[in-house]
Amino acid sequence: MHAFLAIILTIITASTPLLLAALGELVAERSGVLNLGVEGMMVMGAVCGFGAGYLSGSVWVGVLAAIVAGMAMALLFGFLTLTLVTNQVATGLALTLLGLGLSGVIGEPFVGQPGVKLGNIHIPGLSDIPLVGPLIFGQDLLVYASLVLAAAVAWVLFTTRAGLIIRAVGDSHASAHALGYNVIAVRYACVLFGGACAGLAGGYLSLAYTPSWIENMTAGRGWIALALVVFASWRPARVVAGAYLFGTVMILGFYVQSLGLGIPSQFLSSLPYIVTVVALVVISGNKTLTRANTPAALGQPFVPDR
Amino acid sequence: MPGTSADRAGTCLLEASRIVKRFSGVTANDEVTLKVAAGEIHALLGENGAGKSTLVKIIYGALQPNAGELFWMGEPVTIASPAAARDLGIGMVFQHFSLFEALTVAENIALALPGRYDLAALSENIARVSKDYGLPLTPSAVVADLSVGERQRIEIVRCLLQEPRLLIMDEPTAVLTPQEADQLFITLRRLAGEGCAVLYISHRLEEVKSLCHNATILRHGKVVAEVDPTRETAASLARLMVGGDVHDVKATSPEHAGETLLALDNLSLAADGPFGVALKHISLDVHAGEVVAIAGVAGNGQGELFLALSGERTTSPGDAISMGGTPCASLRINARRALGAAFVPEERLGHGAAPGFTLSENVVLTRHSGKDGLAAGGFVDFARAAELNQRISRDFDVRKGKPDPEARALSGGNLQKFVVGRELDRQPKILIVNQPTWGVDAGAAALIRQALLDLARSGSAVLVISQDLDEIFEIADRIAVISRGELSAAEPARGLTTERIGLLMAGAHEKARQPVAEAV
Amino acid sequence: MRLYLERRPEHSRTMAIASPFIAVGLTLVTGGIIFALLGFNPFSALYIYFLDPLTSLWSIEELLVKAGPLVLIGVGLAIGYSANVWNIGAEGQLVAGAVAGSLFPVLIPSWQDPTVLPVMLLMGVLGGMAWGAIPAFLKVRFGASEILSSLMLVYVAQLGLDWLVRGPWRDPHGFNFPKSVAFDGWQVLPTLSDSRVHLGIAFALIAAIVLAVVMARMLKGFEIRVIGSTPRAGAFAGFSRNRSIWFGFLVSGGLAGLAGISEVAGPIGHLQPSISPGYGFTAIIVAFLGRLNPLGVVAAGLMLALSYLGGEGAQVALGLSDKIARVFQGILLFYILACDTLILYRIRLAAFGWSGARQ
Repeated sequence: MHAFLAIILTIITASTPLLLAALGELVAERSGVLNLGVEGMMVMGAVCGFGAGYLSGSVWVGVLAAIVAGMAMALLFGFLTLTLVTNQVATGLALTLLGLGLSGVIGEPFVGQPGVKLGNIHIPGLSDIPLVGPLIFGQDLLVYASLVLAAAVAWVLFTTRAGLIIRAVGDSHASAHALGYNVIAVRYACVLFGGACAGLAGGYLSLAYTPSWIENMTAGRGWIALALVVFASWRPARVVAGAYLFGTVMILGFYVQSLGLGIPSQFLSSLPYIVTVVALVVISGNKTLTRANTPAALGQPFVPDR
Repeated sequence: MPGTSADRAGTCLLEASRIVKRFSGVTANDEVTLKVAAGEIHALLGENGAGKSTLVKIIYGALQPNAGELFWMGEPVTIASPAAARDLGIGMVFQHFSLFEALTVAENIALALPGRYDLAALSENIARVSKDYGLPLTPSAVVADLSVGERQRIEIVRCLLQEPRLLIMDEPTAVLTPQEADQLFITLRRLAGEGCAVLYISHRLEEVKSLCHNATILRHGKVVAEVDPTRETAASLARLMVGGDVHDVKATSPEHAGETLLALDNLSLAADGPFGVALKHISLDVHAGEVVAIAGVAGNGQGELFLALSGERTTSPGDAISMGGTPCASLRINARRALGAAFVPEERLGHGAAPGFTLSENVVLTRHSGKDGLAAGGFVDFARAAELNQRISRDFDVRKGKPDPEARALSGGNLQKFVVGRELDRQPKILIVNQPTWGVDAGAAALIRQALLDLARSGSAVLVISQDLDEIFEIADRIAVISRGELSAAEPARGLTTERIGLLMAGAHEKARQPVAEAV
Repeated sequence: MRLYLERRPEHSRTMAIASPFIAVGLTLVTGGIIFALLGFNPFSALYIYFLDPLTSLWSIEELLVKAGPLVLIGVGLAIGYSANVWNIGAEGQLVAGAVAGSLFPVLIPSWQDPTVLPVMLLMGVLGGMAWGAIPAFLKVRFGASEILSSLMLVYVAQLGLDWLVRGPWRDPHGFNFPKSVAFDGWQVLPTLSDSRVHLGIAFALIAAIVLAVVMARMLKGFEIRVIGSTPRAGAFAGFSRNRSIWFGFLVSGGLAGLAGISEVAGPIGHLQPSISPGYGFTAIIVAFLGRLNPLGVVAAGLMLALSYLGGEGAQVALGLSDKIARVFQGILLFYILACDTLILYRIRLAAFGWSGARQ
C-alpha cells in the first residue's frame, strides 16, 4: 500500500511538468502558432530556476526566474516568426538547439550543487487522512496550480471574448485581420503565455521533481508535451488526461525496473518515447478528429497587407 | 413597393463630392461624385479596375481620400475608420467573407460586433432578425457546414443587427443561385422601404435593371454617367461601362455532333474529409467539336469533379470515366494527359502554376511526361521549356515584365492566359477547365473564351465548369447543372432559360437537406 | 517606430546569395559581444575560435574529419527539407546505421577480407534507411507528424545502442567498459596516409555533387522542389507527395546511417554509447546555412566544423566552456532564418500612428 501511494504521488509530480508545458503550447497553437521550441524553453526554465533558487536561497525566486526565462525565449521566437515571418518549424528547432546549448553553458557552475526544493503543503487534519490525505491535500502548490491552470485555460478559451478571439485568429488570420483584430499582438500574447508555462514546467523539474541541475535534464519532455497537444485535440481537459497517462507510463517504467525482473532498463526508459509515437499514430489516424479540431491557420505565416 | 426614382423625395443620406484617390501613379478615383438618398437602391457600375472598390472603401472608412469631401445627412464628415463608419450607420457586406469556419454563426457575429459578450442574448437576436428579414439562420450552426449562400446571410445579418442607415453590398449575387438572388432582392426592397439606403455594386446588368432606382457608372476612375437603369437596356449600360461596343465572342454552331471523346458513366466519389462534397452518379458525354458547360454555384462539387476528371483523385470502376474510348478512372493525371487530355484548374496560383517558379519551369510542370520530351532520361530540358514559354506568351498575348519571370509576378489575367495557353499549345483532344475567366479582365476573358471555342471547333471536346452564367451562355452548346454533387442531364443551350437553370441548381438542395432555419 | 514587411514581387537573387554571409557576419559580431561580456578580448577570442584552427595542417585534417559527417547528413536533410519533409531524427538514423553496420565486425570479428568493409557500409546505409522508414511510413499511412516521430526514435535508438554495448555486444575482454570489440584490419575505414582523414569524407563530397546534379537538373529534383513549396501544383504535375516523403526519409536516413558507420569504422574504431557529438542535430543547421543547396551544404559543413574545433581550442586556450560552440550554432541558425526573410520581403520602419482598420 505504501509503495502504491508512493507510486501515485510520483506519477502526479511526473505529470505536472508535462501538463504545464502542454497547456502553454495548446494556447499558442490555438492562436495558430506552432512552437517546436518547447524543449528549449523548458530546459532554460530548469537551469534558470535552479540557478536563481540556488543563488537566492528562495524557491519562489527560482520559480519566477524559470517563468521569466521561458518568456524571454518565447519572445525571441515570437520576434522571428511573427515580426520577421520566418519558417515556424525551423525557428522552433533553432530555439530548442539554442536552449539546450545555452542551458549547458549557464548550468555548468551548478552541476552537482544541492538546490532548494519546493515543499508540499500541509493542511492540519486534512493532509493527515490516511491514503487520501497526502494524495489530495499534500501536494506542492504547483501541482494544484497546474490543475487550476487547465480549468482556467478551458474557461477563457470557450466562454470569454478573449478566448473567442484567440480561436478566431487560429482559424483564419485573414478574416481576423479583416475584422480589425491585431493578429500579431494576439499571437505574441499566446506565445509568451506558452513560454511562461514551458519555463515554469522546466522550473518544476529542477525545483520540485528532482531538485538539481543536470545537463539536458528535460530529456525530451518538451517534445512529449508537443505530442500531447495533438493527442488531446487541442482541448485542455484531454491534455490533463494525456499528461497523467504519460506520467504513468514514465513512472511505471521506473517501478518495473526496481522489481528486478530482468527487463533491460533502457527498454523501460524508452517506453515514454515509444508510447508517444503510438499515441500520435492513433490520434492522427483518425482523420475526422484531426481535421475538425486542428486550428486551420496553424503554422502558417501571416503578413498583413497595408 | 417604393416608388420610382422620379418620385423619390427621400433625404440625401450620403454625398461623396469630388473624391480623388491616388495610388503610386494610378488615379483610382478622379473627382467622383455620388449621391444616395434614404430608401434608395443605388447601383455602382463599372468594369474591374474602374474604381468601385476604392470609392466604397473610402465611404467605409478603410481608406482616406486625397481630396474631396463626404457629407452625411447634409453635414460634412470624416470617416476615419470602419468603426467610425459603423457609428454613422454604414454597414458593408464584402464580396469575400471574413468568416471563421470552425466557429458557430453566433460566435462569428459576436466577433464582428462590439459590446458585452453575451452569446445567449445574441443568439436570440440572430434567430429573430434573420427570420424576420427572410434570411433565416441557426445561431448554433458551425459555419463550415453552411453553403455559400447561407454564409452570406451571416454577413448580412451581422450588418442588420446594427440597424444600418446605408447598406453597401459588393457583388452579392456572384455566389447565389437565381432563387437565392430573388430572395435577397426581396430583403433589399424591404430594407429600402423601411428607409435604409442600399449601395449595390455589381456588373450584372439585368439585376441592376430589375432592382435599382439609380445607377452611377464609373470608368477608369471617373463618373461617366448617372442614369435610371429602368430606362436603359443592358446593352446601353454595357456601352457606358466599357465605352464602346463590347466585343462579342464569335459563336458559331457546331456542324454536327462528333464522336464522344469524354464520357462519364455513373461517376461517384466519396467526399474528401468532413467539409467536402461527395459526387453521386454523374453521367455526361462530351463530343468532338462541342463545348459543354457545367453551371453551378460555388461549393456544389465543382472542385471535386475537376479532381476526379484530372486524375488527381482516382475512382472506380475504371470505366466511370473514358477518354477517347479508353477507360481511365483509375489512371493518374499524366496517364490521362497521354490520352490527349489537358486540364486547367480553378486556382491558377498554387494549383495551375507554382508561384515561386518561373514560367518556363511552370511549362515543365504539366508537360514533363509524354511527347513533349521535356524530361527524357530523367534530365529536364530547360532550354526547350524556355522556347515553349516564348511561343505560349506570343500566341496568347501574355504580358510580363521580362521574358521569364516568376509566376507570381504576373497579373491575374496574364497568368490565366499563360495557364490556358500552356494547355492549348499541346493541341489536346479533350480540355477540361474550371472557372476559365474568374477574376480576369474583360480583354483577357474574351481572348480565353474565343480560344476555347476555337479549340472545340477544330475538333476537340471542351468541358467548362463555370459559375458565370453570362459566360456559359456565350460559349456553351449544351449546359448541365451541378448541385450537391449531382449533375442534371445536359440540355442544349438554346432552349434553356436562367430560371430553369436556377431551378436545377436549387432542385437537389431542397430534396436532400433540411432547411437551415428552425422555427423559433 | 515599428517594423513591418513589404513583399517583394519576386525572390531576390542577391539576397539569396548574400543571406548566409550576412548571417555568419552577424553571428561573429554577436560572438564578439558575448566574449567581451565574459571578460575576454573579443578579437583574440574570435581569432582563436575561427581562424586559429585553419592555421595548422593537423587542425585542417580535424576540420575535414568533423565536416565529413556534417556534410553527409546535411545534404540528405537538405533534400528532405526542400520537399517539406522534416526529418529531425538524423541523429537516431546515424546510430541505427552505426549499429547495423557493426553487426558483422562484432559478431564475426574474424571476418577479415576486402569484402567486409563494403558490406559494413551497405549495412550502415540500410540501417539508417530502415530507421528513417519508420517515420516515413507513419506519416504516409497515418498522417502522424514526422517531426515528433523521428525525434522520439532518436531517444529509442540511443537507448538501444546503450543496451547493446553494455549488454550483449560488450567486449568480454574489455575490462567491463561499455564498448564493443575494436574493429581491426579490413574492418576499418581506410585513411589518407597517417592522418585521420578517412574515406567517409570522400563519400560526403560525392553525395554532395550527385545530389546537386539531381536537384538542379533532374526531374526528381524538380519534383522535390515543387512538392515542397506548392503541394497542390505538385499533384497537378502528377508528382506524389507520399513518394517525396519516402524519398526524403530514405535518402537522409541512408546518408545518416552511412555517416554513422563511417564514424564507428573510422575515427572511433568500435561501438560505444556515445558515437556522435550531435552531428545529426548540427546537420540541421548545416542544411539551412547551405540554403538547402547541396553545394552550399559543403561550405556550411566546413563552417560548422570550424565552430566545433574552435570550441575545443577555446576551451584549451581560454578556459571557455566548449558548450559555447552549441550556443554559437543556435545563434547562427537564428540569424540564417532571420536573414532569409530578406529574400522574400523588404523590412521597413514606420512611425507610430498607423493604427490599422480596427472596427
